[in-house]
Amino acid sequence: MTPFRTILAKELRCFFVSPVLYVVGAVFLFISGLIAHLMTVNAGQQAVRFLQVQNTYAQLNVNELVFRSLFYSLDFVLMFLLPILTMRLFAEERKLHTFELLLTSPVGINELISAKYISVLFIYLGLLSLTVLTPLILSLYTSFHWQPILTGYVALALQGGLFLACGLLASATTENQVIAAFLSFGMILLIWLLGGLGSLLGDTTIGNVLSSMSFSEHYDRLVRGLLEAKDIVYYLSGTVLLLFIAHRVVDSHRWS
Amino acid sequence: MVSRDWTKLTFDLGKYQIFPFCGFMIAVQHVSKHYGHHTALDDVTFHVKKGEILAFLGPNGAGKTTTMRILTCFMPQSEGTATVAGFDCLDRPMDVKRHLGYLPEIPPLYPELTVDEYLTFVGRLKRLTPQRLAARKTHVIDQVGLGSVHHRVIGHLSKGYRQRVGLAQALIHDPPVLILDEPTVGLDPKQIIEIRELIKSLAGSHTIILSTHILPEAMATCDRVVIIHEGRIVAEDAPDRLSSRLRQSEKMSLTVKQPQPDWLERLRTLPGVLDVLPSGKPNTCTIDCELGRDLREKLAQFVVNQKYGLLELKPLSLSLEEVFLQLTHQEENAGMDKSGHPDSRGQSSRSEQAPA
Repeated sequence: MTPFRTILAKELRCFFVSPVLYVVGAVFLFISGLIAHLMTVNAGQQAVRFLQVQNTYAQLNVNELVFRSLFYSLDFVLMFLLPILTMRLFAEERKLHTFELLLTSPVGINELISAKYISVLFIYLGLLSLTVLTPLILSLYTSFHWQPILTGYVALALQGGLFLACGLLASATTENQVIAAFLSFGMILLIWLLGGLGSLLGDTTIGNVLSSMSFSEHYDRLVRGLLEAKDIVYYLSGTVLLLFIAHRVVDSHRWS
Repeated sequence: MVSRDWTKLTFDLGKYQIFPFCGFMIAVQHVSKHYGHHTALDDVTFHVKKGEILAFLGPNGAGKTTTMRILTCFMPQSEGTATVAGFDCLDRPMDVKRHLGYLPEIPPLYPELTVDEYLTFVGRLKRLTPQRLAARKTHVIDQVGLGSVHHRVIGHLSKGYRQRVGLAQALIHDPPVLILDEPTVGLDPKQIIEIRELIKSLAGSHTIILSTHILPEAMATCDRVVIIHEGRIVAEDAPDRLSSRLRQSEKMSLTVKQPQPDWLERLRTLPGVLDVLPSGKPNTCTIDCELGRDLREKLAQFVVNQKYGLLELKPLSLSLEEVFLQLTHQEENAGMDKSGHPDSRGQSSRSEQAPA
């Protein structure tokens, strides 16, 4: 068993024996279910109103009314919840002094960071896959296009991956888990608000650059069903950049 | 089997490398470590032979842990070179890490894992094969006495057992070099003796550095003691040689049955006697004699002639504790004397005699 797989297995085990995953998972699934329910009821009410006014059955756009709102809300929920999942990754190792064990074992920092990141990514994708129940159940009662939902899930996966990388970086900087959680929340919020700043500056070069640095523009395109290479490149490069900084931060502990 | 690294003239012997000409498993040469303006280690040089146990002795903050962290490649030194098992700590950290087991001051444990799971995790990190891991795990659990708790969650174990798990973790891959930072902290006296016996039994096949501020521990377990103070090595020798070397005068304890009122003054007049001081016990005194003169016979004769009633006459040797206090104390007084060989230093300041 390589060190990468050893650390990955240990991280996953630690997730499953700690209450944090269960609390975060329960809250995430409950909120996503609740939002899906509210959106569906809302769509139903609109259909009834349509029927009363026009006296005909209208083909409502379920993609527009239910799923787009659902994806936007989930994005917001992830901003709060994912920092809780990532906060312990490195902060706990430093608190328990097991950081010394890892760094004095024949294990590279690359392996360490990638194992930890992939473990938390697994957990997140697992939770996300459980929300697929919503479109599956809805598909029994109504019809809609599956492609935008697919790109929506791609968006959620990429977005979550970016947030988790933020969280991992924040966790590497401190040994206090609460600080790690707030720091990653702050970082995510900052990246998000860059978009607001960009649109404030309008169609200038700096404005465009800032808007492109924020995830909201990229997320928006994917949720609307546009699968473009530049958005995927944005997410992947952002994630890799954050993980690279985390690598430098972990390495720098040795020099301090 | 000749290694690829020709510049160091090292050879593969069995599974690890040693220097063929000097046989040092650990070589630290002129190592310094600076944190900003603070100097944690200042030009530290020492060597450890294969199979030797070396104790690192010093007050808190002396630089013991820093030295150990440099040797374990946890942090790099600012200057100098450190090699473990023939590998440079800066150039080939992976090889160094493969050859050493490290028990940090606070054992690095995951409270949510069981002892078995934890040792499996560490064994895999150290790249043991599954078969070897299983064999080593059984052996190490038996070796450190964890048999009764190996299926329990580490978070529920007592301090003593946690310390043992920490030790088991350092031993799991049977490393030729062991670095133990205060291995007996938090154990009860019986466990301390067990762990010391274990450490002693590992000598010969393993090279061990252990740090401690418990002096009898260094006396009991180690072949050689390095006393470190404020980042500098102030003395390095075998425990008994260290105390004899530092003695600036021979000390005797004399107990008599019926002393005269002026017996201390009369003793003081004897040739070779530097000072006579009453010790805490009744009818007992401590006599400082000139170095190298054995006055026991003359003293006994004198006491018998004076009819004091000789009960006991014995030479006092410095305990390691006194040596340690004396060295660290002298170091402070000597100021910035960097050349500081303990030999010269021991003789230089006669006034600072530790109380016997």
